Amino acid sequence: MLTVNLRRMKKNQTGTITAVNARGELGRRIRDMGLVPGTQVTIKGRAPLYDPVALRLMGFTLTLRNDEANYIDVEVKE
Amino acid sequence: MRATIALAGNPNSGKTTLFNELTGARQHVGNYPGITVEKKQGVHLTNGHKLNIVDLPGTYSLTAYSLEEVVARQFLINEKPRAVINIIDASNLERNLYLTLQFMELGIPVCVALNMMDVATKRGIRIDTEKLSDVLQIPIIPTIARTGEGKTLLMDAVVELASETAKVPSLEISYGEDIDRAITEIESEVKAAGLFDGQYPARWIGLKYLENDDHVRDLCRETAPDLARKFDMIADRLSKHIEATFNSYPEAVIADHRYGYIKSILKQNIVTLEFDRTRFHVSDAIDRVVTSRFIGPLIMAAVIYGLYHVTFAYSEIPVGWLESVFGGLHTLVNNILPDGLLKSMIISGVIDGVGGVLGFVPLIMFMFFGISFLEDTGYLARVAFMLDRLFRAFGLHGSSVMPFIVSGGIAGGCAVPGVMAARTLRSPKERLATLLTAPFMNCGAKLPVFALLVAAFFADYASTVMFLLTVVAWTGALLVARLLRSSVIKGESTPFVMELPPYRLPTLKGLLIHTWERTWQYIRKAGTVILGISILLWAAMTFPNLPASKILFFEKQRSAILAAATTSARAELEANTGNLSGDGRTLKSKLGLIDEAQAEAALRNSVAGRIGTGLEGISRWAGFDWRTNIALVGGFAAKEVIVSTLGTAYSMGDIDPEKSGALSERLGSAPGWNLWTAVSMMVFIIFYAPCFVTVVCISREAGSWKWGAFSMIFNSTLAFTLAVAVYQIGTRLTGTGG
Repeated sequence: MLTVNLRRMKKNQTGTITAVNARGELGRRIRDMGLVPGTQVTIKGRAPLYDPVALRLMGFTLTLRNDEANYIDVEVKE
Repeated sequence: MRATIALAGNPNSGKTTLFNELTGARQHVGNYPGITVEKKQGVHLTNGHKLNIVDLPGTYSLTAYSLEEVVARQFLINEKPRAVINIIDASNLERNLYLTLQFMELGIPVCVALNMMDVATKRGIRIDTEKLSDVLQIPIIPTIARTGEGKTLLMDAVVELASETAKVPSLEISYGEDIDRAITEIESEVKAAGLFDGQYPARWIGLKYLENDDHVRDLCRETAPDLARKFDMIADRLSKHIEATFNSYPEAVIADHRYGYIKSILKQNIVTLEFDRTRFHVSDAIDRVVTSRFIGPLIMAAVIYGLYHVTFAYSEIPVGWLESVFGGLHTLVNNILPDGLLKSMIISGVIDGVGGVLGFVPLIMFMFFGISFLEDTGYLARVAFMLDRLFRAFGLHGSSVMPFIVSGGIAGGCAVPGVMAARTLRSPKERLATLLTAPFMNCGAKLPVFALLVAAFFADYASTVMFLLTVVAWTGALLVARLLRSSVIKGESTPFVMELPPYRLPTLKGLLIHTWERTWQYIRKAGTVILGISILLWAAMTFPNLPASKILFFEKQRSAILAAATTSARAELEANTGNLSGDGRTLKSKLGLIDEAQAEAALRNSVAGRIGTGLEGISRWAGFDWRTNIALVGGFAAKEVIVSTLGTAYSMGDIDPEKSGALSERLGSAPGWNLWTAVSMMVFIIFYAPCFVTVVCISREAGSWKWGAFSMIFNSTLAFTLAVAVYQIGTRLTGTGG
């Protein structure tokens, strides 16, 4: 098990969120959408300009900018 | 029973579809007081009960950050609806319940409409609704809003819930020992002091206080400053403690616990997956192509161009019908009424003004139908996803692309539907920046002016110049957006935490209702504000009338010409047969010249003309004389007017913008006109004040006349600065004019 930044995750990689380090409005929005420790996320892909990133969690697809993904730590296999 | 029922839920949960299904045509759209968030209400009749259903804005949570959430929360607290129908996407239960819990914490009776059960079943998701209902202690009714399935059961449950008189106990979730203790402390203080008369549940106040909710904190500070200080101390103590022990803060811990609570409920065999969740969905398959690196942008370009083309090509037919209706009215009034002020006002002020505005109606209908379609299918979210990186560089949002394109990003659009298309943007700052810059695009009404000037001065490079004008408009709009976002609309970009909803086929009913709402709002505006401004502009170009001596001067010239003409020529003209001999034609054109000269003099003498002449001292810097000034002032009514006003100012009578060849020749050889005057004027037209219909729309969409006024003053200043720069540098470099 290895903890990486959500921004560094590759396409189709899956992991479990361990920490969300954003505060204020951004932190609130991220949490409201279910990005909380314990949630499993899979990278679905990135936009043509490599930003934002699309994730799959709890059965829906969410997009985040790379700068926002920076705040999220994820535990992945390998 | 008569009762108010709120309808709430996450965006993309089928809320609007359910609302349309419940209320049908018995709905109306307004605004919440003072803000631009729409308030939709409708009546639902069932078993002799009359339920007033209020469609709350779609939200993911009930914090106090976004306008939508504040609106939804204030409505629930202040209006106290008898029940909330909380619509939930069944295939997305976990996240949707996050909002449900917050309703329950607020102590409002909740009835869940577990929607899109068919989709969930297809995805292999089984939900034990009875068990979920037992655990949460609220009614849960499976529905399929698209087909209306479950509607009756749902409304029966709602009526039952609304008839209950006993107060619903608010949900109490445990947020861990420390937070729970702090909540209880605040709760008992609120209760002891009888704060807010029980309007807000005491525990909820405690919870929100610890969640650092600005709204609740301010409320406490205003009503009970002493208590608020106490609460602040409790919150501070808790924050420090959580910071020290968990390296976190209360708000985050509360959110984590709320989701933990949901997870623990769902784990009680309520949701079973028949197959693996990572299974390939149809939506994913589509996305694999549609958002892919190379094909994605190509498809996007094709879709956007297609929408644009269909809108402008097909709306041309009904636009033509409307034009002929107003043209007919024009002729009718012209024939019935005697010449004079009343006639002039009805024709130029009312018919042409309102007609010009209503002429946009088919365009708006087509555009909104197309945009609603793209939005409801889920494609618009993909467009925003793909373009966000690009637009963010200029302080905008991926969703800004639609308003830009519609406004004339592909030359020939219209800023009115463009500005209205900005509604799909949920980030307030980016939205405002989009509203203010979209009118720089080259709308269909600017094109005839460009065509005129290009034909006169750049006939050999017509298509290149036209293309360059589009490039100038885009560059200008993006740079100005950047400028605005780092000055007047400064601030961090709104987080781009956006859902990509699964692709869905929209219902025709939903699309039609949506289209009609937008169109109707526009028409209502045209009937009031726009009529007033249109008459005002007419007056500015008519009054004051020429002094009697001047009129007499033209009359004398006429009499002189008539006296000099042969009797037969005069008789021909009076008979008005249309069959004129050589003499008759000469006489008619001579008289026509006088009419045109008089029209020019009248225009110059009017308020608009005086403004134009008065501005000449300054406008010289950009190479504009009084004639151009009047035309540009008239262009504020509608950019089409520029060409016809120039025609009048150059004593050429009424000019049809589509057939301006003669005027073009005239300008090409007129003194004071050179290549740089034309460039300067084109630059000015791209950037100066939007037409008043657009200004009205900007004010409406931005929620304040301040922004409408801003767009007029700022744009005109910018345009003038650019025009002066272009003209001064250009003439100096080439040594022409000046």
